[in-house]
Amino acid sequence: MDDRDLQYQKYKAILENYLEEQSEQTLYKGQQFSRKMIEQKISPEEAVSLHVSVLEELFPDIPEQLKNSYDFLLEMMIGYGFAYREHQSLRSRQQQLESEIEIAANMQQTLLAGDKPEVPNLDIGAISKPAQKMSGDYYHFVQDENDCVSVAIADVIGKGIPAALCMSMIKYTMDSAPEQRMQPGAVLENLNRVVEQNVDPNMFITMFYGLYDPRVHSFYYAGAGHEPGFFYDAEKDEFEELFTRGLVLGVSKKTSYQEYQRVLNGNDMVIMLSDGVTECRSTNGFIERDEIVALIRKYIHLSAQEIVEEVYRELERLQEFELRDDFTLVILRREV
Amino acid sequence: MNIQSCVEVRNEWDIVKARQSGRNIAKELGFGTVDQARITTAISELARNIYLYAGNGAVAIERVENGGKFGLKIEASDSGPGIKDIRKVMEDGFTTSGGLGAGLPGVKRLMDEFTIDSKENEGTVITSIKWLR
Repeated sequence: MDDRDLQYQKYKAILENYLEEQSEQTLYKGQQFSRKMIEQKISPEEAVSLHVSVLEELFPDIPEQLKNSYDFLLEMMIGYGFAYREHQSLRSRQQQLESEIEIAANMQQTLLAGDKPEVPNLDIGAISKPAQKMSGDYYHFVQDENDCVSVAIADVIGKGIPAALCMSMIKYTMDSAPEQRMQPGAVLENLNRVVEQNVDPNMFITMFYGLYDPRVHSFYYAGAGHEPGFFYDAEKDEFEELFTRGLVLGVSKKTSYQEYQRVLNGNDMVIMLSDGVTECRSTNGFIERDEIVALIRKYIHLSAQEIVEEVYRELERLQEFELRDDFTLVILRREV
Repeated sequence: MNIQSCVEVRNEWDIVKARQSGRNIAKELGFGTVDQARITTAISELARNIYLYAGNGAVAIERVENGGKFGLKIEASDSGPGIKDIRKVMEDGFTTSGGLGAGLPGVKRLMDEFTIDSKENEGTVITSIKWLR
């Protein structure tokens, strides 16, 4: 007995059963049988045809007119079969695309994953979560032989794959000019040139670049239209905005970026973020920067890594676990 | 037994004629009702494409044999504008989006074999076979 016969016999048994006694149990069996048919890729027209041939066996004297009407039904179902098969083929294509994106996302992860450096007396926390599979946010640490730590945070205006491709370019540009690392303004000027020349004019990149020199406990930084970070003064127990002046990358060929400096005393913190943090939207509207500060304050007794994770967890919950934009938060704290 | 036919397609009536002769031949060759309906739908779609996009052409249907295997071959040809990007029309969702036409990928799935040959400004020939099981 081949599959087709087996199917026929099974269907016949269930149908006979149902005709005898219209029980819910038999209908349930029917539902399970239909699931199996779908698994075996039986199309709608084949299902109708199966039904009709079983009927013809059970009732050899079906009126001719009724018989003809089944031919008509079959013809109707061909159209549904058409749509069904197209749906299946589109679905398998979608699966294929998704697995390709998955691979690309993994590549991006390995590409962008900057190891968090271990520096004496500097507590570092960093978290970056993409809204979709691929992130348009970027953060990267570099540690040199003098334990100077540079940190870059960038955000491509836009999301998904185009933003991610753009991000890779930023990464390579930064890697290719290591001698500039000590001068935040120069780093941004160089990047601005590259972005202006290579990126589509309606794609913009904002960036914050900073360098911490533990020998003089100083943080040097510059920004290109990036969401301002915060400076936490431990002695005064106050948060201030880390203001920077500078155009978004890629807008104008000749742009200069002002460099700023802050001295970090014990327990002072530098907080850097992407606009995905401040543009979190809860049911009560945008989350204010004050609220971010309040969240950080709430967890200030924890380590830098624990703070960024807790803040992310709370904001994720506020947004009902649906990130609208890539989320990146980095904290540096000078330990005493 | 008339085992081949050729229907010229100029208007919607001709689509019905092509369907009819395809169904008759399919029945004579011994195809089951489901396959008859599939073959007819494929013919219908191909004839309709001729009518809509080329203006006129022909649908030829004949019995084919290959190593003891019998089948039905449809050949739809026209001298219309041709298809510029064949890969595109063979993509799912390209011709069907918006309209209810099944499109060429749908026809391909209904049949066993499918080849398409087209030149811009010269015309299109689509050949498709369904084998008897």
